[in-house]
Amino acid sequence: MSKLYSGAEIVFKCLEAQDVEYIFGYPGGAVLPIYDELKNHESIKHILARHEQGAGHAAEGYARSSGKPGVVLVTSGPGATNAVTALTDAYMDSIPLVCISGQVPTHLIGTDAFQECDTTGITRPCTKHNWLVKDVKDLSKIIHKAFEVATTGRPGPVLVDIPKDIQFQKTKYVNSIKRKKLNGKIHNKFNQGEIDQFVKLMVNSSKPILYTGGGVINSGPKASELLRELVSLTGFPITSTLQGLGSYPGDDNQFLGMLGMHGTYEANNAMHDCDLMINIGARFDDRITGKIDEFSPKSKKVHIDIDPSSINKNIKVDLPIVGDVSEVMLSVIKTLKKKHPNFASSNKEKTSKWWEKISKWRSVNSLNFINSDKTIKPQHAIQRLYELTKDKDTYITTEVGQHQMWAAQHYKFNKPNRWMTSGGLGTMGYGLPAAVGVQIAHPDKLVVDIAGEASVLMTIQEMSTAIQYNLPIKIFILNNEYMGMVRQWQELLHEKNYSESYTAALPDFVKLAEAYGCVGIRAKTPDELDEKIKEMINVNKPVIFDCLVDKEENCFPMIPSGKPHNQMLLGPNDQKENKITGKGKTLV
Amino acid sequence: MSKPKSAYSIPGKKQKNDTHIIVVWVDNEAGVLARVVGLFSGRGYNIESLAVAEVDPKLNISRITIVTTGTPQVIEQIKLQLGKLVPVHKVADFMRGDKKIIFKEMALLKIVGNNIKRKKAIKFCKKFNPVVLDKTNKSVVVQITALRREIDTIMNNLKKIGLVSVSRTGAVAMTRGAEVFK
Repeated sequence: MSKLYSGAEIVFKCLEAQDVEYIFGYPGGAVLPIYDELKNHESIKHILARHEQGAGHAAEGYARSSGKPGVVLVTSGPGATNAVTALTDAYMDSIPLVCISGQVPTHLIGTDAFQECDTTGITRPCTKHNWLVKDVKDLSKIIHKAFEVATTGRPGPVLVDIPKDIQFQKTKYVNSIKRKKLNGKIHNKFNQGEIDQFVKLMVNSSKPILYTGGGVINSGPKASELLRELVSLTGFPITSTLQGLGSYPGDDNQFLGMLGMHGTYEANNAMHDCDLMINIGARFDDRITGKIDEFSPKSKKVHIDIDPSSINKNIKVDLPIVGDVSEVMLSVIKTLKKKHPNFASSNKEKTSKWWEKISKWRSVNSLNFINSDKTIKPQHAIQRLYELTKDKDTYITTEVGQHQMWAAQHYKFNKPNRWMTSGGLGTMGYGLPAAVGVQIAHPDKLVVDIAGEASVLMTIQEMSTAIQYNLPIKIFILNNEYMGMVRQWQELLHEKNYSESYTAALPDFVKLAEAYGCVGIRAKTPDELDEKIKEMINVNKPVIFDCLVDKEENCFPMIPSGKPHNQMLLGPNDQKENKITGKGKTLV
Repeated sequence: MSKPKSAYSIPGKKQKNDTHIIVVWVDNEAGVLARVVGLFSGRGYNIESLAVAEVDPKLNISRITIVTTGTPQVIEQIKLQLGKLVPVHKVADFMRGDKKIIFKEMALLKIVGNNIKRKKAIKFCKKFNPVVLDKTNKSVVVQITALRREIDTIMNNLKKIGLVSVSRTGAVAMTRGAEVFK
């Protein structure tokens, strides 16, 4: 007869079988049996967060930077509800998370017991799938299936809710790691006919553009290599969404920068005027499309996505290809090479006018800003940070707001998995705990959270986690004392009624750093900025960097409300903008 | 405010709504109906009626029939989103007017009144396979199976002659002929 294991032991046997190295969590009454078992499993290290949301975001940071699923362990009731933000965030940005939550004992479910909540009910809309384990015999099967669901197809979070009595009960362990696809949910549904059609569209196009997204990152490092090959084979211009940054080198000449609401002038205009749009692993999000009725009116659209429900959801496309972007790109490259060798050079003539147009848009230099020698401009701070860290294989996380957009615009990424930001859900407070997770996955790399002072205060308690595990994360705060993006919208769209967007009584971030036991650095003027950034990089401890920046800088360019791509609001140098915003210019 | 300025997205032109019958085969497990219904409410899709029961006790498969309205794009999304749910095996979609498909709803009607009224009531139902399930000298309970709008008409007619209570199922559907939906 095979050995009997308790539910808690089975949890760890499953995690070991899945090669899990780290769990991010927070203990509590309903998961105590699992925490009790932790000491017997040396290959698995537990990272104690200071809040379950922090644990969740840390697991996301870990997952995004390593390509492995992040594992979260929380207790019932408040433990589970606190994790909901992180689960939703992971759901929106397609990050594989496996969340294990404790639940009150089976016989107490439904009695409004202490720390009881309907965890599977609450997390149903923010997970790919979730399970309430009612019989310990199902436990190992469910956990293995949870990993499978989280990591296959379009990745996402899952949750396994385990009542406390199940954690104690004993049963046999069944190692059931399956590689079979779920319910016939196969992911590569494309055929050679579609690939041929795609190649034909490419050959016929004179104004093509590649628009790539987080799907390329999620498909693994190979996808980024294939993308680079495809771009050089075709000679086409390429733009990327916020989530796709890094899949193609940010400093390459064929790269037009990020597109969308705060994307570059050249990227958005190219999207609007193109005759062939090739969407690879992006989802036509509303921050990308602007006004749908006027979105890229003259183009044929190809959409490559692993998730069939992403196709035709927001924008109707002419050629959908459902499949893993790596597999699809591989087929496309093969076909292109076979049917049209030397395509890039033979096609150069055809797209030369298009490239001329693009360079005209480029010459507008839409990311430009008026620098100052008295106050630090936030864009300047990011540019300096980039220059001083670009040779270090730096990992960047961000919070949400102006600083996030400036980081996306001015920090150039060359490799995938180096850029972790909350795009879909837009979760303020994401960056600091995410940096914790990234540093766990890459202990010897430089990890910087580009933050705003408002966002970072939402999860500042995770500094304590960074100290506990000697994680030398750098929190680079662009401090303008405002919720900058809120203030910007109020300035441009709500008659400068700065309702509740100024934070009075901010903490002294240098002293706060010291209170946590890390290093605080403050930069006040452009002169001292470089030295201070170098100081930050050289400290082998967590750092809170308080960079005092211009309080009224706005993030441009911007597609204003309800406008299509070709009606962008440019920065203060542009005359059109002065006409539109009127009083807005007085602030710059 | 007619056009709030900070609304980034303004709804585009609306397409015409069609009525569709969506049939979903699911694992009969705890919470599966909540997943399906939650998907509809969470994404703002309509449910006109819903019928669900286990159809294969051996394989634990339930069949959910949902009548819904939406633009072609919304209907397509409903099918694709349903297909993504882990316990969902297959999804079928039929237009309400499709001649190859049989749709039926069942209704139980309670009529209270004198003999003449009761007889008249049963006569009204004649076209829709009336089965008298219960009768007393004051009342009668009739079961009919028909289309939604036929039941609506009957209910209207019977109101005048003592219809006091109605219980209706949602529509269920099946293809005609030997074909089976795969």
